[in-house]
Amino acid sequence: MNFSGLINDFGPLTVTGLAQGAIIALFALGYTLVYGVLRLINFAHSEVFMIGTFACLIVWGWFGLDQNSAVPSFGGMLVYMVIGLVVAIIASGLTALFVELVAYRPLRQRNAPPLAFLITAIGASLAISEIVGVATHRNQRGVPPVISARTVITIGDTHITNLQILIVVLALVMMFALDRFINGTRLGRGIRAVAQNPDSAALMGVNKSRVISLVFLLGGLMAGIAAVMYDLKIGVTRYDAGFMLGIDAFTAAVLGGIGNLRGALLGGFLLGVLQNYAAGLFGSEWLHAAAFVLLILILLFRPTGLLGESLGRARA
Amino acid sequence: MLLELDNITLAYGRIQALHGISLTVGEGEIVALIGANGAGKSTTMRAISGLRPVAQGKIRFDGADITKMRADLRVVRGVSQSPEGRGIFPGMTVRENLEMGAYTRRNRTEIDQDMQRVFDLFPRLKEREKQAGGTLSGGEQQMLAVGRALMSRPKLLLLDEPSMGLAPMLIQQIFDIIVEINQQGTTVLLVEQNAQQALSRAHRAYVLETGRIVKEGTGNDLLTDPAVKDAYLGVA
Ligand SMILES: Nc1ncnc2c1ncn2[C@@H]1O[C@H](COP(=O)(O)OP(=O)(O)OP(=O)(O)O)[C@@H](O)[C@H]1O
Ligand SMILES: [Mg+2]
Repeated sequence: MNFSGLINDFGPLTVTGLAQGAIIALFALGYTLVYGVLRLINFAHSEVFMIGTFACLIVWGWFGLDQNSAVPSFGGMLVYMVIGLVVAIIASGLTALFVELVAYRPLRQRNAPPLAFLITAIGASLAISEIVGVATHRNQRGVPPVISARTVITIGDTHITNLQILIVVLALVMMFALDRFINGTRLGRGIRAVAQNPDSAALMGVNKSRVISLVFLLGGLMAGIAAVMYDLKIGVTRYDAGFMLGIDAFTAAVLGGIGNLRGALLGGFLLGVLQNYAAGLFGSEWLHAAAFVLLILILLFRPTGLLGESLGRARA
Repeated sequence: MLLELDNITLAYGRIQALHGISLTVGEGEIVALIGANGAGKSTTMRAISGLRPVAQGKIRFDGADITKMRADLRVVRGVSQSPEGRGIFPGMTVRENLEMGAYTRRNRTEIDQDMQRVFDLFPRLKEREKQAGGTLSGGEQQMLAVGRALMSRPKLLLLDEPSMGLAPMLIQQIFDIIVEINQQGTTVLLVEQNAQQALSRAHRAYVLETGRIVKEGTGNDLLTDPAVKDAYLGVA
């Protein structure tokens, strides 16, 4: 164990971890929203994210941007950023709606058992990632330098870049907006009603199918934003980009309390930071192993995650 | 007739719960449905509100055939149910639960008026306004379920055992409130274990036995019917 490594790099590891955690948190919202309403782990959510990472690349390509392009001016950066976000949000949102419509809705109409949903979820995930894998010859795609990461704040030997700030701020803003929507609007109340008691929700006049579509759409939107941030941070994407990060995001959702929106945020940031501390302590190859050990430990003491379920049925 | 059930059958998997139920509820009536445990009272309510699809038969409501209509659309048409077991949203406040009752409505002023009316009927709920539904006592949850069902301004109010779990004093009170709601213009179909109270308050009543209607009549007729007395009124 390398305690001095952890202590020396504590600041940088924290900052890297927060940026990584913000992406994980946005990604995790999709798992938690769908689980909160349907008690279903939508494994295909990782592909909803992956489609977003490609969608913005493709559209940036239409504007002549590739990984060797020069960094655009500030105005250009803003324009490309907005275009990239809008496109990724639409692509991921539609993918999520499509998965719900094609994979899950028919099962729901037939009252299929939970196991059928689980298998279908895994199948949908594999099918989408394999289709993209074949279409891209399993090559990775480079991301154009839409934003140039520069240090804008320095505290001691901790450098914080504009990109890191953007990622964290965007995650917090989206989280706040989603929270307002779920807790402060009529449609949001409909979502919570279906999550807490689907039969009663129907008796109130809530259209359950519409709520379910909405929940998939919202999860897709958040994954789309996470996808653009991921592209800019990592610099490449691949057909299996959703897989590993999806496991992190799912872990974060469980860590915070699956079904709980604020839990996803907390779990995401916590996981991002702790993974980086573990990497500092044991070496970067331990990043994922350490996260899972932590997850197991937390669940041993708090099986419902740190914040428990809030969207979902309260535990009697 | 506001509501008309014509030979309804319904099954849970292989368990046949209703064997051809026919009943009517006229506008302005309180109609009671009584019967032993497992007779199919709640199942009949679920068929009317649309929570369970019927196998055969027809349901007509307010001039339209609603047999195959989705439950949420029946609410828009004017059917509202306070379900067995109350079905409160445990993580929402009392006010939010009541807001859910008005989910299909948009007119804020009218919704606020109706909320006030519910608080007038159940002052207890006003005191608990900001408390989570799941933390209410059983009796308070029952009031909330009835109040919430009123929030859609229904033409037909379905009440499934509204006196369940209430203290004797509160039972009197809830039946008084049901009569009051009815006198304010809402038609009521009432399922009750408490047959004595239900029959004395209802205009008409049906007796259900193992998924079949075995008797019907005015509340008073059934109250004095020896067989009903014997089986449901607990007087020797
Ligand atoms: N979800 C279900 N799955 C299977 N069988 C059911 C279900 N709900 C009810 N039943 C069965 O259908 C029949 C009618 O039940 P129902 O709940 O309508 O009776 P009830 O008259 O409301 O009784 P209680 O007075 O106990 O509430 C019973 O035999 C019951 O076991
Ligand atoms: Mg019942």
